[in-house]
Amino acid sequence: MQAVDGADLELRAGGTCSVLGPSGCGKTTTLRLIAGLERPDSGEIIVGGRVVSSADRFVPAEQRKIGMVFQDYALFPHMDVAGNVGYGLGRKPDGGRIREALELVGLAGSERRPVHELSGGQQQRVALARALAPTPDLVLLDEPFSNLDASLRDRLRQEVSQILRTAGVTALFVTHDQEEAMSIAETVAVMRDGRVEQAGTPEEVYLRPASRWMAEFLGDIEVLPADAHDGRASCELGNLPAGDVSGACDVLVRPESVAIGVSGPSSAASAEVVSRRFFGHDQLVGLRLASGQVICSRRLGFPAWHPGDHVQAWIEGPVEVLPRENGAAPA
Amino acid sequence: MDAAAGARALGRRLPSAARVFGTRRPPLVLLGLGLVIGLAAALPGLYLVVAVLDDTSGAVDAVMTSRTLGLITRSLGLAAAVTVAAIAIAVPLAWLTVRSDLPGRRAWATLATLPLVIPSYIGAYLFVSALGPRGALADLLGVRLPSIYGFTGAFLVLTLFTYPLVLIPLRSALRRMDPSLEEAARVMGRSPAEVFRTVVLPQLTPAIGAGAVLVALYTLSDFGAVSIMRFNSFTRDIYVAYQSGFGRTEAAALGMVLVIVMLVLFAVYARVRAARALHRTTPGTPRPSAPVQLGRWRWPALAFCSVIVGVALVLPVGVLGYWATKQISSGLEMGALATNAGHSLLAAACAALAAGLAAIAVALLSVRYPSYVSRIVERVGYAGYALPGIVVALALVFFTTRVALPLYQTLAVLVFALAIHYLPLAVSPISASLLQVPPRLEEAARGLGRSPMAVFRTITTPLVTSGVLGGAALVFLHALKELPATLLLAPIGFDTLATDVWRQTSFGFFEASAIPALLLLLIAAPPLYLLSAKGSVGT
Repeated sequence: MQAVDGADLELRAGGTCSVLGPSGCGKTTTLRLIAGLERPDSGEIIVGGRVVSSADRFVPAEQRKIGMVFQDYALFPHMDVAGNVGYGLGRKPDGGRIREALELVGLAGSERRPVHELSGGQQQRVALARALAPTPDLVLLDEPFSNLDASLRDRLRQEVSQILRTAGVTALFVTHDQEEAMSIAETVAVMRDGRVEQAGTPEEVYLRPASRWMAEFLGDIEVLPADAHDGRASCELGNLPAGDVSGACDVLVRPESVAIGVSGPSSAASAEVVSRRFFGHDQLVGLRLASGQVICSRRLGFPAWHPGDHVQAWIEGPVEVLPRENGAAPA
Repeated sequence: MDAAAGARALGRRLPSAARVFGTRRPPLVLLGLGLVIGLAAALPGLYLVVAVLDDTSGAVDAVMTSRTLGLITRSLGLAAAVTVAAIAIAVPLAWLTVRSDLPGRRAWATLATLPLVIPSYIGAYLFVSALGPRGALADLLGVRLPSIYGFTGAFLVLTLFTYPLVLIPLRSALRRMDPSLEEAARVMGRSPAEVFRTVVLPQLTPAIGAGAVLVALYTLSDFGAVSIMRFNSFTRDIYVAYQSGFGRTEAAALGMVLVIVMLVLFAVYARVRAARALHRTTPGTPRPSAPVQLGRWRWPALAFCSVIVGVALVLPVGVLGYWATKQISSGLEMGALATNAGHSLLAAACAALAAGLAAIAVALLSVRYPSYVSRIVERVGYAGYALPGIVVALALVFFTTRVALPLYQTLAVLVFALAIHYLPLAVSPISASLLQVPPRLEEAARGLGRSPMAVFRTITTPLVTSGVLGGAALVFLHALKELPATLLLAPIGFDTLATDVWRQTSFGFFEASAIPALLLLLIAAPPLYLLSAKGSVGT
């Protein structure tokens, strides 16, 4: 079984990258390969210009100088906070460095506390301080927020990415949470079945997905059948730039790019509101187009639209036009 | 169930006074039964105190001698040596069989655990009969061998038959250990040897400590191995004092000192355990870790396992086979053998029945009607187990000779002693199975229209049966091989397989010991192994 096959990934020094994918896609294996906890069958891993793994070379984990934050933090239960943070600093750890690392994560003064007394968020930060203390070239974080409850998770995401930026360290996150991946990293690599499906800035992967699967994995998507020639694709909601695509194609549009109004631009199509779900900050309005296809438009929470309303619908914002794929992509 | 769990039960915090009688009132019959059982379990300990107080000056004279100091030194010295040696054997065995790619590691684990089910007096008999002055090796070689009796023999036998008490908890601790801890340590630049020392070993300390205390307590309370090896430890001295007839106060006083030594050990252990309690920082099942490649070290590792299994299992069983064939070829006395086997089975079965029924009452009381009273009953239930078998027997001898003479040396007293001594072995699995039938399950059945009796029959009973049978089986197997209590309490002429082995061996009739020993092993060892492998290790 090949868990990871062709995971080509390049990282900018000092940047943060998140590896996103459904469970079982090989993202954690990728992380463990980089850390040296698992041995690849082939291929090369280069960290900071140093080949750590290739056909004739395998640097063991303890010599890679890579920091790692484990999903369950893996704090040593028999050591206090300072013992954990200083562990990677050799037998006689420098107290000053431990303090610096703890200050960085906002836990100065907690040196002597036993780790089991810490809250989940504090354990997470100790794990981060421990990984950063030996000043590694690269820090790997394996689903670092998955053990935290929702409110804490959101706060810590911001804190952790701030800490990593302050430390100036290159960081690689693994996560299965789309929002998390896009909100904390400057590069997102989406993995599927052991391969990197697409990598780029969060905006690129979200707004210009390379495939229908990518589009669906990262969020809600509407697919409008279209026909393209001379660089333009015409679909029910108008005439859109199609790039190199010609012939039968699909227009992939996010619900928030579908605008509705009582009146609209000349390219707008008339539609009927058939459903509405209200979420407070926004609403999802179901529209039946003239062809009978039902699509969703995500609008702000007001004004309210009601089933039966006749509206104009048009596209407002980026879309992606892809050649028609045979069969539906997996959800 | 083991002594460690006993320590846990003793160490739990007492409830507030408001909960003395619990929020759910137990039926009066159950409560009364529980109190009677608690009293019965406390009887040996209490009567030991009574016997000593009865002749305080005699007891003080008996104890306040330099001999007592020598006894304490010898017994503790033996316990310490056996414990250290058992740890030294168990740690590499556990690591090799759990974490390395040792060929056949599952089989090695099983083989290395098996010596646990050989009773110490049979083990001692087999070692004496193999390596002793008139043993098999001397027999085969036709030479005189150096004496095995004394400290050497006792140390050797007790080490080889108790190290599984460390091995079993250690293996499960190793399996439970979160592999990401080791990975984290390695990623931080520590070599595998350093990771073992700074991360793995500290994680294993509680398990090693728990096993070590079991080994020490076993060694202190062991009677069979030390008396066959003629090593003057507490238990042997108590027996000799008792046998001499006029030294009964002395025996009781020595018994008391032994109990105090054991209680101190227990208390130290409970404290160490509480201080070192390790918390897993996170929930969840750990990923299994990849086995460590042994490479060329495979050969010394295999040699180590072979030596241990060879000496602790193959040698004794081989010697047993040797004597058994000799005995069979010279003709068997089937009559006596059958009688003794019958006695063993009878006493053990009665004890299992009595302990099983008592344990159901104790477990029901403590699981279903938790209160101050039920907790005391549960804890006192461990009293009989905390005393060495010989002390329980001695106390009951005093009790019957002074208070209930018609019961002296009757089967009833023997069964009583066995039942209270092994009661905790039955309580734990029954409590555990009762805990798996939460009251809500029964309430759900009631809500579906069944009467309380029907619920008990169709829901509770099927779910608890395996626990009850397991508990009773454990008592049966341990009672079957019990030596000192049977020696002291059995009616005149009521020989069991255990006392037969012991007597023949003490006269040097190795051939005659072989068949009863073999029979005992055949009956008790396989189920005992299965039960201990499931985690309920009894000593």
